Amino acid sequence: MKLFITLIFTIFLIYSNTFAVAGNSSTDEIAKYRELLADGNPAELWEMRGEELWKKKIDPKSVSLEQCDLGKGPGIVKGAYVELPRYFNDVNKVMDLEQRLIYCRKNIQGLSHEQAVKIPYGSVGNPSDIEALVSYITAESKGMKMAVSTKHPLEKEAYEVGKRFFFYRAGSHDFSCATCHSADEKRIRLQELPNLLNKADAQKTYTTWPAYRLSQGEVRTMQHRLSDCLRQQRFPEPIYASETITALIMFLAKNAEGGIFDAPALKR
Amino acid sequence: MPLPLSDKGILMKKILIVIMVFAVMTGCATATVETDYGKAMLSLLKSEFTSKGPATVERMLNQDEVQKLCSEYPMVRTEEMVSRIQDSQMKTVKFPADGNYLGDWKKGEIIAQNGRGFQSSDPIGGVNGGNCYACHNITKSEISYGNIGPSLNNYIKLHGANDLVIKYTWAKIYNSQAYTACSSMPRFGHSGILDEQQIKDVMALLLDPASPVNR
Repeated sequence: MKLFITLIFTIFLIYSNTFAVAGNSSTDEIAKYRELLADGNPAELWEMRGEELWKKKIDPKSVSLEQCDLGKGPGIVKGAYVELPRYFNDVNKVMDLEQRLIYCRKNIQGLSHEQAVKIPYGSVGNPSDIEALVSYITAESKGMKMAVSTKHPLEKEAYEVGKRFFFYRAGSHDFSCATCHSADEKRIRLQELPNLLNKADAQKTYTTWPAYRLSQGEVRTMQHRLSDCLRQQRFPEPIYASETITALIMFLAKNAEGGIFDAPALKR
Repeated sequence: MPLPLSDKGILMKKILIVIMVFAVMTGCATATVETDYGKAMLSLLKSEFTSKGPATVERMLNQDEVQKLCSEYPMVRTEEMVSRIQDSQMKTVKFPADGNYLGDWKKGEIIAQNGRGFQSSDPIGGVNGGNCYACHNITKSEISYGNIGPSLNNYIKLHGANDLVIKYTWAKIYNSQAYTACSSMPRFGHSGILDEQQIKDVMALLLDPASPVNR
């Protein structure tokens, strides 16, 4: 079933590229697929698997994630994502969703660190439990307003560190996030670039991640999206679920405040 | 030696600088608090990244003076900072030893199309591209171009092809910040992204009358 859907999407993608070469904006084409597919985003398969994983008791402790506190109390998934990243008292740290999931898998389910972070980014025949769990949890915030807090001093610090990182120019090409994402209506080739300092753009972008990516046939999380930005920025690789990326996510989430969450979405 | 920009460009710059200086003066109050967050960020970068391929942790951490200033003042800079950066960067420009500025525009087109080089996914010691089309409209036949930089189509018609234009263009590609402090454009020659021959080929793409850019 999943393979079949992936195949159909791949065909659409090839079809779309033909149009893009003919002179149409690739963004318009993606909008057309969204209409064609209406409610049929393959991400729903990840959401279903994620819900099963959330409720499944696993070894060694035979415990599910249903006691995991994502910030709104143990087991409360509804609306948790629009308030993440946030400060967690039990670890005295700010965590994003993926860091918190790793924490719960280790401390509630008893997995080792290696087991808890295994396959953060899936591929065909090698599915990621994390991408499925993130799909389920984020879908439970659909229609809600982005509302991260920067009231706690560590939340404020994460925001400020993320902001510094957004403007940090380095590496062979002198790039920072801001090089591509601090002006309106810019493009790399035909790819439109959101201005992440502009509220409307930041909201539109932030509230549509994670997303099922047509080009990859997988649901990709915010951690993945930002890691791939850094690759193109000519930066080295961040370790998975790093504090640096959480800080950057905090900065972006705050910029998107008030935006209506609408993911997992469907993207190129 | 700084080369002349158009009068319009200079006027625009003067206006911008006045706005920038004003903005910096009004923003000074927060400057002392900001340093701590910068330090916190750097210590995270030191511990949370790993070198992969040609993208190294060292190159991310060891910012040069220009990268430091442009990070700290991403939107607004004083006139003093602007001239400090542009003067120091102008001194880095190496003009071709043999006095030949134009190579092969066909090779230049390949370099302009190639976006490879220095990504963690690229091989170490591979051939780097200029990725010019990512940001610039160049030839009429390539419609997949970005708009972060200005259009370079009809380059000779727009700018001429005299000695000054040729030297200006060389220096701009070699080190964009010799003319525009904190430009978004990589410093292709200074940072070792393109070698001298590759810059000559890209020069030809813009300045050879036979290049599709000018036809």
